Amino acid sequence: MTVLVDRDTRVVVQGITGHQGTTHTRQMKAFGTQVVAGVTPGRGGSEVEGVPVFDSVQEAVDRTGANASCIFVPAPWAKDALLEAVDAGIRLSTVVTEHIPFHDMLVMYHYAKAKGTRIIGPNCPGIASPGKSKVGIIPNVVFRPGRVGIISRSGTLTYEIVNGIKEHGLGQSTCIGLGGDPVVGTSFVDALPFFENDPETDLVVLVGEIGGTAEEDAAEYVKHHFSKPVVAYIAGRSAPEGKRMGHAGAIITRGKGTAESKVAALEQAGARVARFPYDVPDLVADALAQRGRR
Amino acid sequence: MVKLAEWRGKEVFRKYGVPLPRGAVARSVDEAESLVRSGRVPLPCVVKAQVLAGGRGKGGAVRFASTPEEARSAATAILGLDFKGEKVRELLLEEKLAFTRELYVSITLDRARRLPVLMTSGRGGVEIESVPDAEIDRQPIDPFPGLAGYERRRAAHALGLSGDTARSLDRILDALWRAFQGEDAELVEVNPLALVDGGLVALDAKVIVEDDAAFRHPEYADIRDDRTPLEEIAREKEIAFVQLDGNIGVIANGAGLTMATLDVLKEFGGDPGVFLDLGGTDDPKKVTEAFLLMAQAKPRAVFLNIFGGVTRCDTVATGLVQAMGQVAPEDRFPLVARIRGNNEKEGIEILRAAGVVAVPSLKESAQATVAAARGAT
Repeated sequence: MTVLVDRDTRVVVQGITGHQGTTHTRQMKAFGTQVVAGVTPGRGGSEVEGVPVFDSVQEAVDRTGANASCIFVPAPWAKDALLEAVDAGIRLSTVVTEHIPFHDMLVMYHYAKAKGTRIIGPNCPGIASPGKSKVGIIPNVVFRPGRVGIISRSGTLTYEIVNGIKEHGLGQSTCIGLGGDPVVGTSFVDALPFFENDPETDLVVLVGEIGGTAEEDAAEYVKHHFSKPVVAYIAGRSAPEGKRMGHAGAIITRGKGTAESKVAALEQAGARVARFPYDVPDLVADALAQRGRR
Repeated sequence: MVKLAEWRGKEVFRKYGVPLPRGAVARSVDEAESLVRSGRVPLPCVVKAQVLAGGRGKGGAVRFASTPEEARSAATAILGLDFKGEKVRELLLEEKLAFTRELYVSITLDRARRLPVLMTSGRGGVEIESVPDAEIDRQPIDPFPGLAGYERRRAAHALGLSGDTARSLDRILDALWRAFQGEDAELVEVNPLALVDGGLVALDAKVIVEDDAAFRHPEYADIRDDRTPLEEIAREKEIAFVQLDGNIGVIANGAGLTMATLDVLKEFGGDPGVFLDLGGTDDPKKVTEAFLLMAQAKPRAVFLNIFGGVTRCDTVATGLVQAMGQVAPEDRFPLVARIRGNNEKEGIEILRAAGVVAVPSLKESAQATVAAARGAT
């Protein structure tokens, strides 16, 4: 196991018969992922993209040995789908579905945590390790096996940056798109230890956004517990002041959450912070060269 | 995020059993006066503009009345007022209560802890941002057991309450927790929660409910923040649309990429004003819809930045060129398009043949857009 997924990851796609589920089953298979089962209640016995479809996750696990799931189930039913995966013993679940109410996600997160299932997402691109496995929707074309790890709160911006790394002649070990919802299953701080302990990762790129304090928390973690070089980019430096969750939200974050606060915290933790997405590959190459010289 | 006006927030409070002053809503001066004359609202009373912005007291949007005539003149002064860009259309009239203490109570989400948090303070009646951290008590709430009895007692103790008042707070906190969950709220806030003769009463109500939970709350479907007609159309098509000052339009897929595009345009002296975020999709139909929507906003120049994952770039480009044909000649604008992903070269060729500036680099595309916006003046 490198970072959460490897060649032995056996994926069940929940909501496989929908348009997104079918499309990304095809893409995951093309990436090399072992997609062993699909689940759509009421559609058991059929087949999608050569993958057998079952009525329940438990049945899929019993019949195929699935140990990870990728959820495309629409928001009103996504909580149920995740709880079902947890109870069937799935260890890793990428929730691609967007617009899940955070009250549902609170239940999903704490239930999964208690039962030992890791959630990536929701509203996220998922995880991919080139040459090994992908559980999610990151486009296959941006990857090339290498030694750069990426952890991102964004979607398409992740693809942009991962692609930039490839075009620069470098490659990636594992990329995780965490999603940017108010409650996420895996945060920067949750993901960083996997990369610290991964012998196949030399450096980590953090892609953050304004809002919340996840980047500040990541900086704090990097400062004290992370030994590999970190390159970061924070989107939204010039964005107009966005939505705030009222006064009560403001007093939880107290001055954190702005681009300036995040950039300052990361720089203070020793990270190299790119001003623009296209500056990331050069900073990565520099950091790797410097590490090589030491 | 749907912010509820005070009276709607109080309807929520009533439903869950939070004590409120006696009051009623008026939408005209006559209605305001008759609420007082009929005794439905006891005198003396307070007349409050039902607007979402804060600072109503200081801004003259809250007045007091001791007679029906005064209630009428207060209503006359407030109704129709332009309060921080919001027109006052509704008033809440309530009995004026004498109080001895003002407390602050709210429940919201603490994203970092991934838990709801109960916040209480003895310093109610002022903006909570101005209260020092040390005077705000924070109690994380586990969603499974919910806000437990001992946690409510702890909060009462932290506020220095005892006896009947502590028991009154206990019931209110339980009601607020049930409202927070039951209404899918992002925030329930009472500021001030006033100590009056006979217990605690919520003098104000702030409730924000979550958009993503709209599917189980049809009762909030008719509440709309003030949106421009274009924003309303965008909402129906599930495209995030923000209109600000500035003359460059940006169409991108994904919030992060949209923000990054904005950062780069600003760096090169651009003035982006309209943002269309398609979400994570590169669905050609949606790209085309966004383009036509953008045309209605009449930008000087448009930068379309799409990172394709699944769809082929040539499919997106073909749809875009067809959409360009649907825009009236007098409404056309220079378009710079950057579409990355599968079949990128073919996509670029299709766009260039149609007179679109198409370069793969983000930097060059941004520079070209800024130049085009300037050239069009």
